[in-house]
Amino acid sequence: MDCATHSTQRKDFVPEAILSIRDLTVEFKTEDGVVHAVTGVGYDLAAGETLGVVGESGSGKSVSVMSMLGLIPVPPGRIVAGEAIYKGRDLLKIPPKELRDIRGGEIAMIFQDPMTSLNPVLTIGDQIAEAITTHNAGMSDSDAKKRTIHLLDVVGVPVPERRVDQYPHEFSGGMRQRAMIAMAMANAPSILIADEPTTALDVTIQAQIIEVMRTAQRETGAATILITHDLGLIAELADRVIVMYGGRVVELGDVHTIFSSPHHPYTVGLMKSLARIDLDQQWLEPIPGQPPSLILPPPGCAFHPRCALSQGRERCRTEIPSLRTVGQGDEHLAACHFAEELDAQRLVAHAAAAEGR
Amino acid sequence: MTEQVPATSGAVTAPAERLGSSADLSLSYESGLELKARSQWAYARMRFLRHRLAVGSLIILILIGFVAIFAKQVAPHGFNDQDLVNIAAAPSWDHPFGTDLLGRDYLSRVIYGLRTSLWVAFFVALLSTAFGTAVGAVAGYYGGTTDNLLMRFTDLILTLPGLAVLLTAAAFLGQQSQSIGPISISQPVMIGLILAFLFWTGLARIVRGVYLSLREKEFVEAAKASGAGDMRIMVRHILPNCVGPIVVTMTLIIATAILVEAALSFLGFGIQPPNPALGSLIAEGNVGGLGYWWLVTYPGLVIVIIALAVNFIGDGLRDALDPTQRLRA
Repeated sequence: MDCATHSTQRKDFVPEAILSIRDLTVEFKTEDGVVHAVTGVGYDLAAGETLGVVGESGSGKSVSVMSMLGLIPVPPGRIVAGEAIYKGRDLLKIPPKELRDIRGGEIAMIFQDPMTSLNPVLTIGDQIAEAITTHNAGMSDSDAKKRTIHLLDVVGVPVPERRVDQYPHEFSGGMRQRAMIAMAMANAPSILIADEPTTALDVTIQAQIIEVMRTAQRETGAATILITHDLGLIAELADRVIVMYGGRVVELGDVHTIFSSPHHPYTVGLMKSLARIDLDQQWLEPIPGQPPSLILPPPGCAFHPRCALSQGRERCRTEIPSLRTVGQGDEHLAACHFAEELDAQRLVAHAAAAEGR
Repeated sequence: MTEQVPATSGAVTAPAERLGSSADLSLSYESGLELKARSQWAYARMRFLRHRLAVGSLIILILIGFVAIFAKQVAPHGFNDQDLVNIAAAPSWDHPFGTDLLGRDYLSRVIYGLRTSLWVAFFVALLSTAFGTAVGAVAGYYGGTTDNLLMRFTDLILTLPGLAVLLTAAAFLGQQSQSIGPISISQPVMIGLILAFLFWTGLARIVRGVYLSLREKEFVEAAKASGAGDMRIMVRHILPNCVGPIVVTMTLIIATAILVEAALSFLGFGIQPPNPALGSLIAEGNVGGLGYWWLVTYPGLVIVIIALAVNFIGDGLRDALDPTQRLRA
C-alpha cells in the first residue's frame, strides 16, 4: 500500500497523537514572587489537526508552547514538572542539541510580529535559506535559493525570484508574514506553531494570511497549534480548541461544541463579549473584573471572582476544579464544578428567545 | 497632474504600495512602474559618496596604499642605497625629498617606511577588531557571569597606563624577533601585537552593547525557534547588524595605530632598523637639527595625511552607516 498518498488524506484516519503534553507546569521567578505561568496543562495533538489555544494575555498560552521548545529564558523561567512526548521522546528532557534539531525542523514556529521577527540586515531569501541550510548541512546555496523561491511562490509572494533578494523593509506587513510562514514551512515540519499569526496585521491582510496558513498546512500536512485570542481565527481554522485561563486549561473540545455549547463560564463570557454579525446585539457583555494575578492566584477556581455562575458559592472558593468530561461524548472537557448548570441556563435562554419571537 | 513631481515622496510611493500587495505586481515590474528598490548598502554607498571629504580621503588613501604595496616598483632607489655625491642634499629633481645624512634617497626611504607603518597599522586594526568583536559578542550575547568576567578583563586593560605599558613591552619584547616554540614572530609583528593588545577594548565595549540590545530582539528568538545554535545566531544573525559601528571603530583604530606606532618608533622603541618606519625616520632626521628640515617634514607630513584621511573616511562611514540619517535631497 502506498503510504504517501494516504497520509495526505489524514482526516479519514483515526487521529493519533504526535504530541502529548502532560501536567506541564512552568514558573517564573520575579522580584515580586513566583509567577505560576502554566499549571498542570495537558493535551494531545493529533497528526494533521489544527488545535486552537485561546485565552487572554497572560493566560499561559504562549508559555506552554515555548517552554516545550526550550524557548523560555532559564532562569528566570523553570519547568517544574510535566512531559511533552513527541514521537516517543520527551522534549523537556532531551539534550539541547537534539532539541535544536527539532526546532525549525520538525516543529516550526510562526511568530506574531513579522515587523520585528525578520532580521533587518539580511535579505528575505538569505533568512529563509538560512532556515533551510541549518537543517540540511549538505545543501548547496543555489539549491537552497531554488527552494526559497519555490516556498515564496507557495505562500503567494508575487515575483518571488526578485523578491527573494529584497530586504524586510521592502516588504509590506502581509508580505513579511508570508515570508515568515515560508520560513516555517521550509523544512516540511510535522508540527507548526503559530503564535498569534495575525495579531499584528490589519483585518484585510488577516484574511489573506488565513488563506496562506491553510496553504501551509496543506503543503506540509503539519499539525498546527494556533495560539490566539482571536475567536474568529479559531472558528476559521481550528478543529479542536483549548481555552486557557490563569495558566490552566479550563475547557477543551471540538470547535463546534465549544462555540455552540461552551461548558465553562469563562468560555461563555468570551463568546458573549464577541461581536457577531449573525446576531442582533445591542451591547457586548464584557467579563467583569481583571485577569487573575499569577503570583497569588485566587483560592479555588481562579475564575470564581469574575464568574457569573459561581455567585460566591463555597466550593468555587475552596476547591480547584479538575478537568472532567461534560456534555455528550468524552471529547468535551471542562474545569467547572457546576458546568451542567450552563446547560439549564441555555435551555431557559432558548425558551425565552423562542417565546419572544 | 501631467508632470511627475518627485519632490513629495508620499505621492510617489503610494501607488507602488498599492501595487505591492496585489497580484499585478509582476505587471508593474515588467512595465518598469515599480520604484527602484535600494538595499541598505546602496543607501549607505550613496550617503558615503555624498561625503566629499571622505571620498577624497579614500582616493588619497588608496593611492598611498598602492605606493606602499608596490614600493619596490615605485621607489626610485633602494632604501639603503647611498648616493655619496649627494649627502644630506636638499630636495631636488633627482631626490624630490632630498637625501639623508648617509646620502640615501629620502623619497625611497619614506615610501618603504610608509609600507612598514601602514602594514603595522592595518595588522593592528584587523587583529584588535577581530579580538574586540569576539570578546564583545560573547560577553553581550551570553551576559551574566561570562559578561562580567570578560568586561572586567576589558576594564583591566583599559586602566593600564598606555604609554608606560607600551614602552615597557616594546623595550622588553619588541626589540627583536621573538620565537614562541616553533613560531617565530618578526619584530614589526611583535610591535603590532603589543599595540593590538591595548587597542581592542573600545570595540569590545561597543560590540557588547549592540549584542546586549539585539539578543532580546524577536528575530533572534525567531532564529532560535528555527533551530539556529548560539554560534550561528552570533555570527550570521547579529554580527551583520553591528557592521556599522565595527567598521567605523576600525578606521579610527587604524589612525590611532599609525600615530602611536610613529610615536613609539620616534622614541626608538618601535620598528627597528634596517626596517624604515615613518616614526623612526623622523627620529633619525631629528639628529641633523633644523638645517635639514626635509628629513623631519616629509615623513611627518605623510603621517598627518594618512591619519587625517583615515579619520575623514571614518567620519564618512559613520554618517553613511547610520540608518537614522536620511538623504538630504
